[in-house]
Amino acid sequence: MNQPLQRSVGGEPVCSQGLRPLCSAERETLGVRECTCISDESDGLLEFCDVPLKEKKLLEVKLGELPSWILMRDFTPSGIAGAFQRGYYRYYNKYVNVKKGSIAGLSMVLAAYVFLNYCRSYKELKHERLRKYH
Amino acid sequence: MNENLFTSFTTPVILGLPLVTLIVLFPSLLFPTSNRLVNNRFVTLQQWMLQLVSKQMMSIHNSKGQTWTLMLMSLILFIGSTNLLGLLPHSFTPTTQLSMNLGMAIPLWAGAVITGFRNKTKASLAHFLPQGTPTPLIPMLVIIETISLFIQPMALAVRLTANITAGHLLIHLIGGATLALMSISTTTALITFTILILLTILEFAVAMIQAYVFTLLVSLYLHDNT
Repeated sequence: MNQPLQRSVGGEPVCSQGLRPLCSAERETLGVRECTCISDESDGLLEFCDVPLKEKKLLEVKLGELPSWILMRDFTPSGIAGAFQRGYYRYYNKYVNVKKGSIAGLSMVLAAYVFLNYCRSYKELKHERLRKYH
Repeated sequence: MNENLFTSFTTPVILGLPLVTLIVLFPSLLFPTSNRLVNNRFVTLQQWMLQLVSKQMMSIHNSKGQTWTLMLMSLILFIGSTNLLGLLPHSFTPTTQLSMNLGMAIPLWAGAVITGFRNKTKASLAHFLPQGTPTPLIPMLVIIETISLFIQPMALAVRLTANITAGHLLIHLIGGATLALMSISTTTALITFTILILLTILEFAVAMIQAYVFTLLVSLYLHDNT
Protein backbone atom coordinates (compact mmCIF):
# COMPACT_ATOMS: atom_id res chain seq x y z
CA MET A 1 0.00 0.00 0.00
CA ASN A 2 1.56 3.30 -0.98
CA GLN A 3 1.56 5.83 1.84
CA PRO A 4 2.45 9.52 1.47
CA LEU A 5 6.14 10.15 1.89
CA GLN A 6 7.55 12.60 4.44
CA ARG A 7 11.00 14.09 4.12
CA SER A 8 13.17 14.57 7.20
CA VAL A 9 15.32 17.69 7.63
CA GLY A 10 18.26 16.16 5.82
CA GLY A 11 16.20 15.45 2.71
CA GLU A 12 16.16 11.69 3.25
CA PRO A 13 12.78 10.04 2.73
CA VAL A 14 10.99 8.99 5.93
CA CYS A 15 7.92 6.78 6.22
CA SER A 16 5.44 6.18 9.03
CA GLN A 17 5.56 3.22 11.44
CA GLY A 18 5.84 -0.21 9.89
CA LEU A 19 6.86 1.06 6.48
CA ARG A 20 10.17 1.73 4.83
CA PRO A 21 11.10 3.87 1.78
CA LEU A 22 12.08 2.26 -1.48
CA CYS A 23 13.78 4.56 -4.00
CA SER A 24 14.53 4.05 -7.69
CA ALA A 25 18.06 4.17 -8.97
CA GLU A 26 18.88 7.60 -10.36
CA ARG A 27 20.15 6.05 -13.52
CA GLU A 28 16.88 4.61 -14.77
CA THR A 29 14.72 7.61 -13.96
CA LEU A 30 17.10 10.10 -15.60
CA GLY A 31 18.63 11.71 -12.57
CA VAL A 32 15.56 12.03 -10.38
CA ARG A 33 15.03 9.74 -7.40
CA GLU A 34 11.47 8.56 -7.03
CA CYS A 35 10.59 7.03 -3.66
CA THR A 36 7.50 5.32 -2.23
CA CYS A 37 6.75 3.75 1.15
CA ILE A 38 6.26 0.00 1.16
CA SER A 39 5.38 -2.47 3.86
CA ASP A 40 8.20 -3.67 6.11
CA GLU A 41 7.13 -7.29 5.91
CA SER A 42 8.27 -7.75 2.32
CA ASP A 43 11.91 -7.56 3.49
CA GLY A 44 13.15 -10.90 2.33
CA LEU A 45 11.65 -10.70 -1.12
CA LEU A 46 13.26 -7.41 -2.11
CA GLU A 47 16.81 -7.65 -0.75
CA PHE A 48 19.34 -9.12 -3.15
CA CYS A 49 22.57 -10.25 -1.55
CA ASP A 50 24.12 -11.18 -4.84
CA VAL A 51 23.59 -8.46 -7.52
CA PRO A 52 24.55 -9.66 -11.00
CA LEU A 53 27.68 -7.99 -12.41
CA LYS A 54 25.87 -6.25 -15.24
CA GLU A 55 23.68 -4.15 -12.95
CA LYS A 56 26.39 -3.01 -10.55
CA LYS A 57 27.42 0.62 -10.57
CA LEU A 58 31.06 1.48 -11.28
CA LEU A 59 31.99 2.21 -7.66
CA GLU A 60 30.58 -1.17 -6.52
CA VAL A 61 32.64 -3.24 -8.97
CA LYS A 62 35.72 -4.85 -7.51
CA LEU A 63 39.05 -4.22 -9.22
CA GLY A 64 39.43 -7.80 -10.42
CA GLU A 65 36.03 -7.71 -12.08
CA LEU A 66 36.71 -4.42 -13.88
CA PRO A 67 37.76 -5.75 -17.33
CA SER A 68 34.76 -8.06 -17.55
CA TRP A 69 32.46 -5.24 -16.35
CA ILE A 70 33.77 -2.90 -19.07
CA LEU A 71 33.32 -5.57 -21.73
CA MET A 72 29.75 -6.19 -20.64
CA ARG A 73 28.70 -2.54 -21.22
CA ASP A 74 26.40 -1.75 -24.11
CA PHE A 75 28.54 -0.37 -26.95
CA THR A 76 25.87 -0.35 -29.63
CA PRO A 77 25.02 3.09 -31.11
CA SER A 78 21.74 3.21 -29.19
CA GLY A 79 23.60 2.22 -26.03
CA ILE A 80 26.12 5.01 -26.45
CA ALA A 81 23.33 7.48 -27.27
CA GLY A 82 21.54 6.36 -24.12
CA ALA A 83 24.70 6.91 -22.09
CA PHE A 84 25.03 10.49 -23.41
CA GLN A 85 21.36 11.15 -22.73
CA ARG A 86 21.60 9.87 -19.16
CA GLY A 87 24.74 11.92 -18.55
CA TYR A 88 23.09 15.06 -19.93
CA TYR A 89 19.99 14.66 -17.77
CA ARG A 90 22.05 13.86 -14.71
CA TYR A 91 23.95 17.15 -15.08
CA TYR A 92 20.85 19.12 -16.08
CA ASN A 93 18.72 17.92 -13.16
CA LYS A 94 21.48 18.46 -10.66
CA TYR A 95 22.69 21.95 -11.62
CA VAL A 96 20.22 23.67 -13.93
CA ASN A 97 16.72 22.30 -13.36
CA VAL A 98 16.58 23.37 -9.70
CA LYS A 99 14.56 26.00 -7.91
CA LYS A 100 17.42 28.45 -7.43
CA GLY A 101 19.85 27.69 -10.21
CA SER A 102 22.98 29.81 -10.30
CA ILE A 103 25.57 30.81 -12.86
CA ALA A 104 27.65 27.77 -11.87
CA GLY A 105 25.55 25.42 -13.99
CA LEU A 106 26.36 27.31 -17.18
CA SER A 107 29.94 28.23 -16.21
CA MET A 108 30.99 24.62 -15.71
CA VAL A 109 29.81 23.74 -19.21
CA LEU A 110 31.68 26.69 -20.73
CA ALA A 111 34.82 25.87 -18.75
CA ALA A 112 34.71 22.30 -20.05
CA TYR A 113 34.25 23.66 -23.58
CA VAL A 114 37.31 25.92 -23.22
CA PHE A 115 39.35 23.02 -21.83
CA LEU A 116 38.37 20.68 -24.68
CA ASN A 117 39.26 23.33 -27.25
CA TYR A 118 42.62 23.82 -25.56
CA CYS A 119 43.29 20.08 -25.78
CA ARG A 120 42.30 20.12 -29.44
CA SER A 121 44.68 22.95 -30.35
CA TYR A 122 47.55 21.96 -28.03
CA LYS A 123 49.72 20.92 -30.93
CA GLU A 124 49.83 24.44 -32.36
CA LEU A 125 49.93 26.16 -28.97
CA LYS A 126 52.98 24.14 -27.95
CA HIS A 127 55.18 26.34 -30.12
CA GLU A 128 54.02 29.59 -28.53
CA ARG A 129 55.36 28.95 -25.07
CA LEU A 130 57.94 31.37 -23.60
CA ARG A 131 60.91 29.03 -23.78
CA LYS A 132 64.36 29.45 -25.21
CA TYR A 133 64.31 26.07 -27.01
CA HIS A 134 61.06 24.67 -28.33
CA MET B 1 53.85 35.00 -35.98
CA ASN B 2 52.40 35.41 -39.48
CA GLU B 3 51.65 31.74 -39.83
CA ASN B 4 50.15 31.55 -36.36
CA LEU B 5 47.78 34.45 -36.88
CA PHE B 6 45.49 32.58 -39.23
CA THR B 7 45.81 29.04 -37.91
CA SER B 8 43.02 29.69 -35.43
CA PHE B 9 40.63 30.06 -38.36
CA THR B 10 41.31 26.65 -39.92
CA THR B 11 38.51 24.11 -39.68
CA PRO B 12 39.14 21.79 -36.74
CA VAL B 13 39.69 18.22 -37.84
CA ILE B 14 40.69 15.47 -35.45
CA LEU B 15 42.29 12.36 -36.97
CA GLY B 16 40.59 13.18 -40.26
CA LEU B 17 37.11 13.39 -38.72
CA PRO B 18 35.30 16.70 -38.93
CA LEU B 19 35.17 18.01 -35.38
CA VAL B 20 33.57 21.16 -36.74
CA THR B 21 30.18 19.38 -36.82
CA LEU B 22 30.27 18.95 -33.05
CA ILE B 23 31.32 22.56 -32.56
CA VAL B 24 28.47 23.82 -34.77
CA LEU B 25 25.98 21.65 -32.85
CA PHE B 26 27.27 22.70 -29.39
CA PRO B 27 25.19 25.92 -28.96
CA SER B 28 22.01 23.87 -29.18
CA LEU B 29 22.98 22.24 -25.87
CA LEU B 30 22.76 25.63 -24.19
CA PHE B 31 19.09 26.16 -25.07
CA PRO B 32 17.09 23.51 -23.21
CA THR B 33 13.42 23.09 -24.03
CA SER B 34 10.70 22.60 -21.47
CA ASN B 35 6.99 21.84 -21.62
CA ARG B 36 6.17 23.29 -18.22
CA LEU B 37 4.46 26.58 -17.48
CA VAL B 38 6.87 27.56 -14.71
CA ASN B 39 10.47 26.61 -15.43
CA ASN B 40 13.87 26.90 -13.82
CA ARG B 41 15.70 30.25 -13.95
CA PHE B 42 17.78 29.39 -16.98
CA VAL B 43 14.87 28.44 -19.21
CA THR B 44 12.73 31.32 -17.91
CA LEU B 45 15.42 33.86 -18.80
CA GLN B 46 15.79 32.43 -22.29
CA GLN B 47 12.06 32.40 -22.92
CA TRP B 48 11.75 36.01 -21.73
CA MET B 49 14.58 37.11 -24.02
CA LEU B 50 13.13 35.21 -26.97
CA GLN B 51 9.72 36.77 -26.46
CA LEU B 52 11.26 40.25 -26.31
CA VAL B 53 13.21 39.73 -29.52
CA SER B 54 10.37 38.12 -31.45
CA LYS B 55 7.94 40.90 -30.52
CA GLN B 56 10.43 43.54 -31.58
CA MET B 57 11.29 41.88 -34.84
CA MET B 58 8.09 40.32 -36.13
CA SER B 59 5.63 43.11 -35.35
CA ILE B 60 6.24 44.83 -38.70
CA HIS B 61 5.17 41.82 -40.74
CA ASN B 62 1.71 40.81 -41.91
CA SER B 63 0.35 37.35 -41.21
CA LYS B 64 2.14 35.87 -44.22
CA GLY B 65 5.49 37.24 -43.09
CA GLN B 66 4.92 36.06 -39.54
CA THR B 67 5.06 32.44 -40.68
CA TRP B 68 8.81 33.02 -40.86
CA THR B 69 9.04 33.72 -37.11
CA LEU B 70 10.50 30.33 -36.20
CA MET B 71 13.14 30.59 -38.90
CA LEU B 72 14.23 34.11 -37.98
CA MET B 73 14.29 33.44 -34.24
CA SER B 74 16.40 30.32 -34.70
CA LEU B 75 18.69 32.33 -36.94
CA ILE B 76 19.31 35.11 -34.45
CA LEU B 77 19.79 32.63 -31.61
CA PHE B 78 22.25 30.58 -33.62
CA ILE B 79 24.36 33.48 -34.88
CA GLY B 80 24.30 35.24 -31.50
CA SER B 81 25.28 32.18 -29.49
CA THR B 82 27.94 31.09 -31.99
CA ASN B 83 29.53 34.54 -32.01
CA LEU B 84 29.49 34.81 -28.21
CA LEU B 85 30.97 31.34 -27.77
CA GLY B 86 33.74 32.33 -30.17
CA LEU B 87 34.92 34.93 -27.68
CA LEU B 88 35.97 32.22 -25.23
CA PRO B 89 39.68 31.44 -25.34
CA HIS B 90 40.90 28.86 -27.84
CA SER B 91 37.45 28.28 -29.30
CA PHE B 92 36.55 28.01 -32.97
CA THR B 93 33.86 30.29 -34.42
CA PRO B 94 31.97 28.76 -37.34
CA THR B 95 30.70 32.16 -38.48
CA THR B 96 34.23 33.19 -39.48
CA GLN B 97 33.96 30.77 -42.38
CA LEU B 98 32.54 32.44 -45.49
CA SER B 99 31.19 29.10 -46.70
CA MET B 100 28.87 28.82 -43.74
CA ASN B 101 27.63 32.41 -43.91
CA LEU B 102 26.94 32.07 -47.62
CA GLY B 103 25.05 28.88 -46.83
CA MET B 104 22.87 30.86 -44.43
CA ALA B 105 22.45 34.02 -46.48
CA ILE B 106 21.74 32.74 -49.98
CA PRO B 107 18.82 30.37 -49.20
CA LEU B 108 17.12 32.90 -46.92
CA TRP B 109 17.45 35.77 -49.38
CA ALA B 110 16.42 33.59 -52.31
CA GLY B 111 13.40 32.34 -50.37
CA ALA B 112 12.24 35.86 -49.65
CA VAL B 113 12.77 37.08 -53.23
CA ILE B 114 11.15 34.06 -54.89
CA THR B 115 8.16 34.29 -52.52
CA GLY B 116 7.81 37.92 -53.62
CA PHE B 117 8.01 37.05 -57.31
CA ARG B 118 5.52 34.22 -57.08
CA ASN B 119 2.86 35.98 -55.01
CA LYS B 120 3.18 39.65 -55.91
CA THR B 121 4.90 39.64 -59.29
CA LYS B 122 4.01 43.17 -60.32
CA ALA B 123 5.02 44.70 -57.01
CA SER B 124 8.32 42.76 -56.96
CA LEU B 125 9.22 43.91 -60.44
CA ALA B 126 8.24 47.45 -59.50
CA HIS B 127 10.99 47.45 -56.88
CA PHE B 128 13.51 47.71 -59.68
CA LEU B 129 12.49 51.26 -60.49
CA PRO B 130 12.24 53.86 -57.70
CA GLN B 131 9.37 56.32 -57.92
CA GLY B 132 9.81 59.61 -59.73
CA THR B 133 12.91 58.89 -61.82
CA PRO B 134 13.39 60.97 -64.97
CA THR B 135 12.69 58.95 -68.15
CA PRO B 136 16.20 59.06 -69.71
CA LEU B 137 17.70 57.53 -66.57
CA ILE B 138 15.37 54.50 -66.47
CA PRO B 139 17.52 51.85 -68.24
CA MET B 140 20.60 52.65 -66.18
CA LEU B 141 18.64 52.67 -62.94
CA VAL B 142 17.05 49.29 -63.66
CA ILE B 143 20.51 47.82 -64.20
CA ILE B 144 21.77 49.38 -60.96
CA GLU B 145 18.79 48.12 -58.99
CA THR B 146 19.26 44.60 -60.39
CA ILE B 147 22.89 44.60 -59.35
CA SER B 148 21.98 45.88 -55.91
CA LEU B 149 19.42 43.11 -55.56
CA PHE B 150 21.86 40.36 -56.44
CA ILE B 151 24.53 41.74 -54.19
CA GLN B 152 22.29 41.47 -51.11
CA PRO B 153 23.15 37.83 -50.19
CA MET B 154 26.84 38.41 -50.82
CA ALA B 155 26.77 41.50 -48.61
CA LEU B 156 24.94 39.61 -45.85
CA ALA B 157 27.50 36.82 -45.79
CA VAL B 158 30.62 38.93 -46.22
CA ARG B 159 29.49 41.47 -43.61
CA LEU B 160 29.17 38.79 -40.94
CA THR B 161 32.41 37.02 -41.87
CA ALA B 162 34.48 40.18 -42.08
CA ASN B 163 33.22 41.67 -38.81
CA ILE B 164 33.79 38.57 -36.72
CA THR B 165 37.11 37.67 -38.34
CA ALA B 166 38.42 41.21 -38.00
CA GLY B 167 37.45 41.33 -34.33
CA HIS B 168 39.19 38.05 -33.57
CA LEU B 169 42.33 39.11 -35.45
CA LEU B 170 42.49 42.40 -33.56
CA ILE B 171 42.22 40.59 -30.24
CA HIS B 172 45.02 38.20 -31.27
CA LEU B 173 47.29 41.04 -32.40
CA ILE B 174 46.75 43.35 -29.45
CA GLY B 175 47.05 40.46 -27.02
CA GLY B 176 50.32 39.44 -28.60
CA ALA B 177 51.52 43.03 -28.50
CA THR B 178 50.71 43.30 -24.77
CA LEU B 179 52.65 40.14 -24.05
CA ALA B 180 55.65 41.30 -26.06
CA LEU B 181 55.64 44.77 -24.48
CA MET B 182 55.64 43.41 -20.91
CA SER B 183 59.38 42.85 -20.87
CA ILE B 184 60.18 46.11 -22.69
CA SER B 185 58.07 48.74 -20.94
CA THR B 186 55.37 47.98 -18.36
CA THR B 187 53.49 51.28 -18.79
CA THR B 188 52.96 50.75 -22.50
CA ALA B 189 51.90 47.20 -21.74
CA LEU B 190 49.27 48.51 -19.30
CA ILE B 191 47.94 50.94 -21.90
CA THR B 192 47.76 48.13 -24.44
CA PHE B 193 46.01 45.97 -21.87
CA THR B 194 43.36 48.66 -21.35
CA ILE B 195 42.87 48.77 -25.11
CA LEU B 196 42.47 44.99 -25.06
CA ILE B 197 39.76 45.18 -22.39
CA LEU B 198 37.85 47.86 -24.33
CA LEU B 199 38.19 45.79 -27.47
CA THR B 200 36.79 42.73 -25.75
CA ILE B 201 33.76 44.71 -24.60
CA LEU B 202 33.33 45.91 -28.18
CA GLU B 203 33.56 42.35 -29.43
CA PHE B 204 30.78 41.24 -27.11
CA ALA B 205 28.61 43.99 -28.50
CA VAL B 206 29.59 43.21 -32.09
CA ALA B 207 28.77 39.55 -31.62
CA MET B 208 25.21 40.35 -30.69
CA ILE B 209 24.78 43.26 -33.06
CA GLN B 210 25.88 41.23 -36.06
CA ALA B 211 23.34 38.56 -35.28
CA TYR B 212 20.68 41.23 -34.99
CA VAL B 213 21.69 42.94 -38.23
CA PHE B 214 21.72 39.70 -40.19
CA THR B 215 18.29 38.73 -39.02
CA LEU B 216 16.91 42.24 -39.40
CA LEU B 217 18.02 42.46 -43.01
CA VAL B 218 16.53 39.10 -43.85
CA SER B 219 13.31 40.22 -42.25
CA LEU B 220 13.43 43.44 -44.27
CA TYR B 221 13.84 41.53 -47.50
CA LEU B 222 10.90 39.43 -46.38
CA HIS B 223 8.80 42.49 -45.64
CA ASP B 224 9.42 43.81 -49.09
CA ASN B 225 8.27 40.60 -50.62
CA THR B 226 5.18 39.55 -48.63
